[in-house]
Amino acid sequence: MKNQNRTFLALLMRWGPFLIITALFLLAPQFISPFRLSQLGKFLTFAIIAVGLDLIWGYGGMMSLGQGLFFSLGAYGFAMYLKLLASGDKIPDFMFWSGLTELPWFWAPFSNPLFAVVAALVIPSLIAAIVGYFIFRSRVQGVYFSIITQALTLLTSIWFVGQQAYTGGTNGITNLGSAKFFGQSLLSTGVQTGFYLATVICLALVYVLARWVTDSRFGRLLIALRDDEARVRFLGYDPVLIKTLVFTLSAGIAALAGVLFVPQVGIISPANMGVVPSIEMVIWVALGGRGTLIGAIVGALVVNFGRSYFSETYPEIWQYFLGLLFVAVVLLFPAGIVGSLMQGFNWLRIRIQGEPMSDMTEYGTTPYRPITLGHSASNLSAPAAPAATSTSTATSATASATVSSPSSTTATAKGGS
Amino acid sequence: MDAIILQTFNGLSLGSILLMVSLGLAFAFGLMGVINMAHGEFIMIGAYTAYVFQEAFAHSLGGVEAGVWFVLAIPAAFLVAALLGALMEVTMIRFLYGRPLDTLLATWGAGLVLQQAARSIFGAPNVNVSSPIWLQGGFDFGAQLLLPYKRIFIIVLVAVIIGAVYFYLYRSANGRRLRAVMQNREMASCLGVRSRWVDASTFALGTGLAGVAGVALTQLGSIGPSLGTFYIVDAFMVVVLGGVGRLPGTILAALLIGISNTLLELGTSATVGKVLVLLAIIAFLQWKPSGLAALQTR
Repeated sequence: MKNQNRTFLALLMRWGPFLIITALFLLAPQFISPFRLSQLGKFLTFAIIAVGLDLIWGYGGMMSLGQGLFFSLGAYGFAMYLKLLASGDKIPDFMFWSGLTELPWFWAPFSNPLFAVVAALVIPSLIAAIVGYFIFRSRVQGVYFSIITQALTLLTSIWFVGQQAYTGGTNGITNLGSAKFFGQSLLSTGVQTGFYLATVICLALVYVLARWVTDSRFGRLLIALRDDEARVRFLGYDPVLIKTLVFTLSAGIAALAGVLFVPQVGIISPANMGVVPSIEMVIWVALGGRGTLIGAIVGALVVNFGRSYFSETYPEIWQYFLGLLFVAVVLLFPAGIVGSLMQGFNWLRIRIQGEPMSDMTEYGTTPYRPITLGHSASNLSAPAAPAATSTSTATSATASATVSSPSSTTATAKGGS
Repeated sequence: MDAIILQTFNGLSLGSILLMVSLGLAFAFGLMGVINMAHGEFIMIGAYTAYVFQEAFAHSLGGVEAGVWFVLAIPAAFLVAALLGALMEVTMIRFLYGRPLDTLLATWGAGLVLQQAARSIFGAPNVNVSSPIWLQGGFDFGAQLLLPYKRIFIIVLVAVIIGAVYFYLYRSANGRRLRAVMQNREMASCLGVRSRWVDASTFALGTGLAGVAGVALTQLGSIGPSLGTFYIVDAFMVVVLGGVGRLPGTILAALLIGISNTLLELGTSATVGKVLVLLAIIAFLQWKPSGLAALQTR
């Protein structure tokens, strides 16, 4: 009986804060202005992307620079539904301007909301699955994965700009205001609040899903892959399958964020797709704390609120600040906000109680390990130039990081119980 | 016939521009494993150095047309970009060796700062750098065929730079030290090579070459603070396709991408041509992840 109480308490400690924060976000429309609400909704969709990115980067060690691509593909799919809804019987204005007289066959089914949402989620995931399978099969790792996903993002955005008649070109898909839901305009407060609430719920669900994935056997394999892929392969697991799965999942999550982004922001254009937004997504996760999930959400909100604050008051400074943020996070706070807080909390705990964090507070059970050049270089027959000396410094840094949060061991042990 | 010659020439020209912007990157990425996302910004710095030279010295050095300032801007851009690159290496990059993903993020941040600095100093709108009189016009081969001097100048400049780089790497004492450190750092250090200094100078050499590329780019269009971002991904594709750490591979890859890009543009449209080339590179890397150089050696 007593034991049961303890489990309940542990569950409450673990999920209580999560439930409280979710409830607070759900109640936010009561307290803040519609302008701030739409801003918050937009940033929460970014937080969804960040969770997906943390899954693949923080846990899987694969820094995808293609999240902007999957995000915008999802967004374009749902934007086309809204556009067709807004245009009524006519074809969308940008198609008319480009000389099309009827709707292209591949956009036609997007007038069905269910098809539009499903396609907006499935198509990016499918692309990620196919591309990921081929990339991982040829054992492309580390920065090469980043560069290839970046090239993929670039080529798709160039292509979308070029296909003016089908995608709206540089302007993207916009003027969605006359779309109506249940007789109310898309821009009305009621519909906007609805999409905001949907965003909060989706973020909560995505977070729970990601937490479940990382706590599962699959998640442990993912972390093992990040830390030593060759060893995982030698143990008989198939890294290609695991990596493709998690890449697909993160792409699907980014696409979901895109679907929720469009109705709240009212525009999707290649500017949201390109190389620059994709790298910024990485800094959200890095600032919040890699491999913590909650850090991804914190980072996305902090960076974007910081941007809106600075660009409202001192637009020039923001760019400097963002640039220095990248440098500072990498050089000075590799653990990010949440990671550093956890290290601090853990230090206090050791001081006061003489023991590290128990498995009850499981955040940060997987401290980020910088990936050394050694692996990818040997794989690609590149001269592993400075790796010879710097690998040792990097691993010693890693060692100290692991020592400072010994909870990683408890987390692994937890699996057995 | 004329059209084919013209397109081949254009391809060669595009290839030489790509080679120009990616040669410096081949040093940072290929030899040192540093993903220098700020490489494009060093190109931008070189371009603005040419602009400053035009504004400040053109009158005292025989006018804009004579182009003495332009000739002087080339070594000056190399020096400015190399010094800034050395500064970046000393303050930032050296803590990140062996962590390429972290260098990607940190240098991207440094690039943002440099872009904004250019915007604060020179203003956000693009500026123009005019051409010396001896770069205006071109070889005229009848009605359809005109080969502009500017493009020929860039091809020649790239050839000279490759010669200089080759000489530096394989015929100079510094180059020998560089190769020694890249092959076996500990052993080189034991034999008295200051590897820290070699790192800094190699990185500075790469950024300096980016600066020279920037001067060349001023002849192709107006320049702005975000000049570098148009070239950075292309430059990475050249280096990766060529094979990391192989300068001959980089040269081959740049020419191949340049020529196939212009030929494909002839058949389709500009955007489709570019998309097809990028797709082809990605597909090729699936097949040979170590790039073109691996084809030669195995």
